[in-house]
Amino acid sequence: MEMVVIFKREFASYFSTPLASVFIVIFLVLAGVFTFYLGNFYERGQADLMPFFNFHPWLYLFLVPAISMRLWSEERKSGSIELLMTLPITKLDAVVGKFTAAWCFIGLALLLTIPMWISVNYLGDPDNGVIFASYLGSWLMAGSFLAIGSCMSALTKSQVIAFILSVVICFLFILSGFPLVLNVFKDWAPSVVVDAIASLSFLTHFSSISKGVLGFRDLLYFLSLIGCWLFATAIVIELQQAD
Amino acid sequence: MIEIVNLSRHFGQLTAIDDISFTVEAGEVLGFLGPNGAGKSTTMKMITGFLAPSSGSISVSGFDIGTQTIEAQKRIGYLPEGAPCYEDMNPLQFLGFIAAIRGFKGDEQQQKVAQVVTTMGLESVLTQKIETLSKGFKRRVGLAQAIIHNPEVLILDEPTDGLDPNQKHQVRNMIRSLSKDKIVIISTHILEEVTAVCTRATIIANGKIVSDCSPAELESKSRYAHAVTLHLTEQQSAATKLSELPGVSEVEVNEEGKLLTVLTEGGQSIYEQVNDLVRQESWQVDALYVEKGRLDEVFRKITEEVV
Repeated sequence: MEMVVIFKREFASYFSTPLASVFIVIFLVLAGVFTFYLGNFYERGQADLMPFFNFHPWLYLFLVPAISMRLWSEERKSGSIELLMTLPITKLDAVVGKFTAAWCFIGLALLLTIPMWISVNYLGDPDNGVIFASYLGSWLMAGSFLAIGSCMSALTKSQVIAFILSVVICFLFILSGFPLVLNVFKDWAPSVVVDAIASLSFLTHFSSISKGVLGFRDLLYFLSLIGCWLFATAIVIELQQAD
Repeated sequence: MIEIVNLSRHFGQLTAIDDISFTVEAGEVLGFLGPNGAGKSTTMKMITGFLAPSSGSISVSGFDIGTQTIEAQKRIGYLPEGAPCYEDMNPLQFLGFIAAIRGFKGDEQQQKVAQVVTTMGLESVLTQKIETLSKGFKRRVGLAQAIIHNPEVLILDEPTDGLDPNQKHQVRNMIRSLSKDKIVIISTHILEEVTAVCTRATIIANGKIVSDCSPAELESKSRYAHAVTLHLTEQQSAATKLSELPGVSEVEVNEEGKLLTVLTEGGQSIYEQVNDLVRQESWQVDALYVEKGRLDEVFRKITEEVV
């Protein structure tokens, strides 16, 4: 119940400042630029949204930490965390309430890209099941970025530091599936280790979802990643109380 | 009842609170005094569950703040130092949010909000963003959120800091008007506030409690307690005669020799004797009155002893 109250307050707070409109406009413009210019949407001559979704990890890498950096740093800076943490709510209520508000906000930005889906249906005959799975996968991936960002934001009063830390850690999670990283390990490490590193990658899981394979393993991967980072957030906040 | 037992708090090497114990009963208004950095805010942060103690325990209405945090916090209203709040909201939204968190729904929630809005006089700023409000209004919004659920325990960290004299007066009236079965702890460095609203004055310095008594007792510790001051119309050599009176320990004379303060030994009353002497010597006197203890002097004496 308290979690819902926190959620409502947080979600409304995005719209009480220009943050919401600035974020949504930039998100939509960048998504469009990536799809049509870098993704060669028309030139490919295929009716699907691959060029659109392929760039999402890179889009999120900078835009999601911009949302998550304020989750806790701002509260610590303004001192309102003292108010929040002395209200009769658990840390879980606060952590999950704040996270879900931010997650739904990003979900809203994602929903506003629906004209992209409409145009591809107008131009051809895409597999809408695949597109739906891709949207879901993209939103889950955004949630994972956000959970990492939430933890980084709890670590520091400074939003700038929270932003940089989040970008770096998210970048590592993206890269861990790239040959660039995997080749370093391939020569000497046992294949179990290489597989384990590859399996941590956002890209591996996201690309399998966006091919339309909504596997249990990929769902579990993103959800447990979110769970772990939110748990870490709660621990960081708990430790600050004793520090 | 608040029960604090052997409470300590360290920040790295620094000992902010050093093994303090005290209890506060329902009906008490406890004024928490002390120099800056003495540990007032740290203690309040621990009572409200924001900071965890390094050792020792705190129970609020029988609930341990460390293990039954939520139950204890339900019974506490807290105004943190500087009255932080969500500045992107307006007072109506903010108080609605606090009321919802405190478990009030629907009509009851609106009624609670309306009630504190009236008590704190916030009607004129209800739909302005809190960040645009003056310091006084922000403080009142902070106080409103602290009392919205009619808590058994009210903890106010410098509630009148930065308010103008009228607002200070209002806040003190509000504290006094709270029902008599509540516990109120306020921290302040304004000494007049202690005599104005508190039933008990606890002085803390260097993390230790150095004095704990009623404001009246604190005043009586002053060397000015029961002293008599005379304003002479013309300069007289009255000091010697006054100092010969029985029970007089010292006579302070100001530079012009017209203002004399007669200090007593062991706090006995000497007004009569001084008055008699004035008549006997037929001194022209503009004013003659008994001094109250000077709290600032007692405060300085007590806290400087520790340092």
